[in-house]
Amino acid sequence: MSSTIEFTINGKDITGRPGQTVLEAAQDAGVYIPRLCYMRGLAAFGACRVCTVLVNGRPQAACTQTVAPGMVVENNTEKMTAFRRNLIDMLFVEGNHFCMFCEKSGNCELQALAYRFGIAAPKYPYMFQPREVDMSHGDVFIDRNRCVLCGRCVRASRDVDGKHVFDFVGRGLHKRIAVNAEALLGDTELAVTDKAAEACPVGAIVKKRVGYAVPVGQRLYDHKPIGSEIESTAL
Amino acid sequence: MAKPKVATTSLAGCFGCHMSILDIDERILKLVELVDFDKSPIDDIKKFTGRCAVGLIEGGCCNEENVEVLRSFREHCDVLISLGDCAIMGGIPALRNTIPLQECYDEAYLNGPTVHNPSRQIPNDPELPLLLHKVYPCHEVVKIDYHLAGCPPPADTIWEALVALLTNKPVALPYELVKYD
Repeated sequence: MSSTIEFTINGKDITGRPGQTVLEAAQDAGVYIPRLCYMRGLAAFGACRVCTVLVNGRPQAACTQTVAPGMVVENNTEKMTAFRRNLIDMLFVEGNHFCMFCEKSGNCELQALAYRFGIAAPKYPYMFQPREVDMSHGDVFIDRNRCVLCGRCVRASRDVDGKHVFDFVGRGLHKRIAVNAEALLGDTELAVTDKAAEACPVGAIVKKRVGYAVPVGQRLYDHKPIGSEIESTAL
Repeated sequence: MAKPKVATTSLAGCFGCHMSILDIDERILKLVELVDFDKSPIDDIKKFTGRCAVGLIEGGCCNEENVEVLRSFREHCDVLISLGDCAIMGGIPALRNTIPLQECYDEAYLNGPTVHNPSRQIPNDPELPLLLHKVYPCHEVVKIDYHLAGCPPPADTIWEALVALLTNKPVALPYELVKYD
C-alpha cells in the first residue's frame, strides 16, 4: 500500500497519508477548511458541519472523511461558503451571543468565523431562548447561552482528562451540555487545569478570575481572520 | 445642488454609538461639508424636514415609540443603517428577552433589592410608551440596508461607511473594522 495519497482540493494537488482526514491533510498543505467542533488532539466528532466539503460532489464532513486517492474536494466555492455562512448564522440566532461583554470576544472561534465570512447580521430571527448559567465551581463556569454544542468539552474530559465531566442531554432545541454530578459543575471532579476547561471554542466554559486578560487590538482574531495562520503556511 | 441629508436616532441604546459618531474627530468638519444633519440628537432637530439620504439607527426596539420612530426613519430615508450591536441584535436591553415581561416589571418596581415603592404601583401612565414583550433588532421590524457592528462601531467604521455611501461607492469595510465588541 502506498504511503501517500494524492487528491485535489479546488483543483490544487494535495498529498495526504493513509488514514488522515481531509481536514488534516488540507491543513498540512496550508489549505484552511473552516471548522468549529474540530480540535487537534481530540477525536473527530462531525457535529457542527462547518467543515463540510463536497467530495466527488457529495457533502462530507472534512473532519471525519478520510482521504482516498483521486478524490475531488470542493472547499471554498461560493456554494460551500454560503452553506457555512448559514450554519454560523443559525448558531448565532439559536444561542444568546452577547459579544459586547463576553470574555471570549476577540478569541472566540464562532465570532471569528462570522468575521471571516463577513457576516454583518444573521439572516434568521433571533430565538432568545432561556439557557442556564452554572457558577457553582470555584474556578470554572458554564454559560449555556453561549454554547454551540460542539462537544469539545465532552471529548476532552472523557478522552484526555479521563473524567467524563460533561455530556449531552436532550434532543433538538432542548439539547444542552450537562455535568456528571447530582446537580452542578461544582460537584464534579473538573479541575481548572483540565483540557476540558480550555477546549471551548466560545465563551461557554470559561475560567474564572481571568476576565478580559488580553487588550482589544492584541487578541487572536483582531487583525487577521481565523484560518490565515494555516493559509500562511501554504507552499 | 443641495447637500444630502443624514438623520440619526437612538432607540433602545445608550448613546454610545452617537459618541462614536462624534469620535470621528476633526473629520466631522468634512462630514458637514458632505451632508446636512436632519432629525438627530446631534442638532436637536425633532422632526424630519424632508427626504434624507441616510438614516443611522442606534438601539433596537424595546417599546412602541421605538417602533414608530424606526418606521418613520424607514419612510424618510433612502438608506437605513443599523448602527451597533443593539440595533443589530438587541444588545444589552435584549438580556431581558429570556425573561417574561411581568417578571421584569416585578423585579424593577416591586421586588428588586433597592426598590422603595410603598404604594406598589407599576408605572402605567398612558403617556408612557408601552414596553414590547421583548426587544427586537431593527431588521426584524423594518428593512435595513446596512449593518455596522460593534459596541460601539469604531469611528473609522462609521466614517468609511458614510463616505462610501455619500460618494456612491460600495461599502467595503476592511477586516479590522468589522467587530462585534
